[in-house]
Amino acid sequence: MNDPVLELVDVVKTFGKGSTEVRALNGVDLAVSPAEFVAVMGPSGCGKSTLLHLAGGLEDVSSGRVRVAGRDIGDLDLASRAALRRTDVGYVFQRLNLLPSLTALENVALPLKLEGVGRREASARSLDALAAVGVTEQLSRYPDDFSGGQQQRIAIARAIVVERALILADEPSGALDTMTGDSVIELLSSLPGRFGTAIVLVTHEPRFASWADRVVFMRDGVVVDQTASTVPVSAAGAAT
Amino acid sequence: MAVREGLLALLHEGPRHGYQLKTEFEAATGGVWPLNVGQVYTTLDRLERDGLVGVSDNEGQKVYSITVDGVSALGAWWEAAPVDEPPPRDELMLKVLMAIERSTERGDAHAMSVITHQRTVLHSMLQSKRRARSVATTSLAARLVTDALVVRAEADLRWLDLCEAQLNGTPTRKARS
Ligand SMILES: Nc1ncnc2c1ncn2[C@@H]1O[C@H](COP(=O)(O)OP(=O)(O)O)[C@@H](O)[C@H]1O
Ligand SMILES: [Mg+2]
Repeated sequence: MNDPVLELVDVVKTFGKGSTEVRALNGVDLAVSPAEFVAVMGPSGCGKSTLLHLAGGLEDVSSGRVRVAGRDIGDLDLASRAALRRTDVGYVFQRLNLLPSLTALENVALPLKLEGVGRREASARSLDALAAVGVTEQLSRYPDDFSGGQQQRIAIARAIVVERALILADEPSGALDTMTGDSVIELLSSLPGRFGTAIVLVTHEPRFASWADRVVFMRDGVVVDQTASTVPVSAAGAAT
Repeated sequence: MAVREGLLALLHEGPRHGYQLKTEFEAATGGVWPLNVGQVYTTLDRLERDGLVGVSDNEGQKVYSITVDGVSALGAWWEAAPVDEPPPRDELMLKVLMAIERSTERGDAHAMSVITHQRTVLHSMLQSKRRARSVATTSLAARLVTDALVVRAEADLRWLDLCEAQLNGTPTRKARS
């Protein structure tokens, strides 16, 4: 039994005030175990991206708690929170993951550079990460020279170049064709087994969600149902 | 079903024994369409009766081969549109339609909970298909069959999304009630 790597308890998130208030999340409970791959689905506007933003410490809850790797995000000062974003949590978005002015290799090495890792070691580790996602050629080219699927692989390499407890992915296959998208999600699904990373994937596509250990369904800012997980449920249990 | 035409397609490649046809049919369909030997021979008898297949004897074993009429019947089958059961009357559709029917008295909550639950069930099925597909060192046929099941489940899930959106107070629903 492992403690959850991500835990949301009765999380509420509102935007705006008074008559224009929007309740993006309305009491979400969710626990993700280490090395668990969870897919989140639901209609547009049901709060999926907001959930990821809160899980990654990009935004604050209105009420409730978010714990990442055993730490309550609400208790962290700005510096610790920035450190958490740099080291514990990785992101992959639908597009624009990579800086166009850096080469593929430099993009992947960026998190290491920010951590003060030396040039030589950073380069070696970045090459390893790129090899792990199957990108081994033309690494001194710029992101534009790569196909959409290759760019997402490079973004994933950047997310795993630092050892992460958790990777948050918001429709990473949203801009790709079915076969390419599937191979990117297949790659994501291999990360828990290879690196022990937990993954929360937001997707509209049932076929992509089917790679996950558990699929969570949201509607109007709450979790309405979920499939049984195929990995051992953490001590806190899968919130229902 | 189209077992007749499947056997004709195999015979079009050359004469075969009955048992050989069974094995090849099952391999070609990725193992999801088992035939019993009796069924194969009954089908071959009918094909022979209809003049689409000829039989000869080879050291006490029957060998089947396709006739000229058989070749043209097979040609027509490749061209024809697939005929499934008449308009979609599957169980999922019945469940949701009945739930909506009952909801006219009891509110939409019942229909919504049926949709939510069916969606979860379908997703669980998709997950297990995916696992089966990635574990087994399966044949191309088996992979394509799994893909077909996945795509159909996706279609069902899209339909459930549409049902849910319509129940969520869209004009269609309001106009109806
Ligand atoms: N920064 C924001 N300001 C105001 N409203 C927002 C903001 N972010 C999200 N929302 C609203 O919160 C709801 C949930 O949005 P989001 O989490 O992006 O949904 P999803 O990713 O499921 O499509 C929507 O109604 C959206 O308009
Ligand atoms: Mg979103």
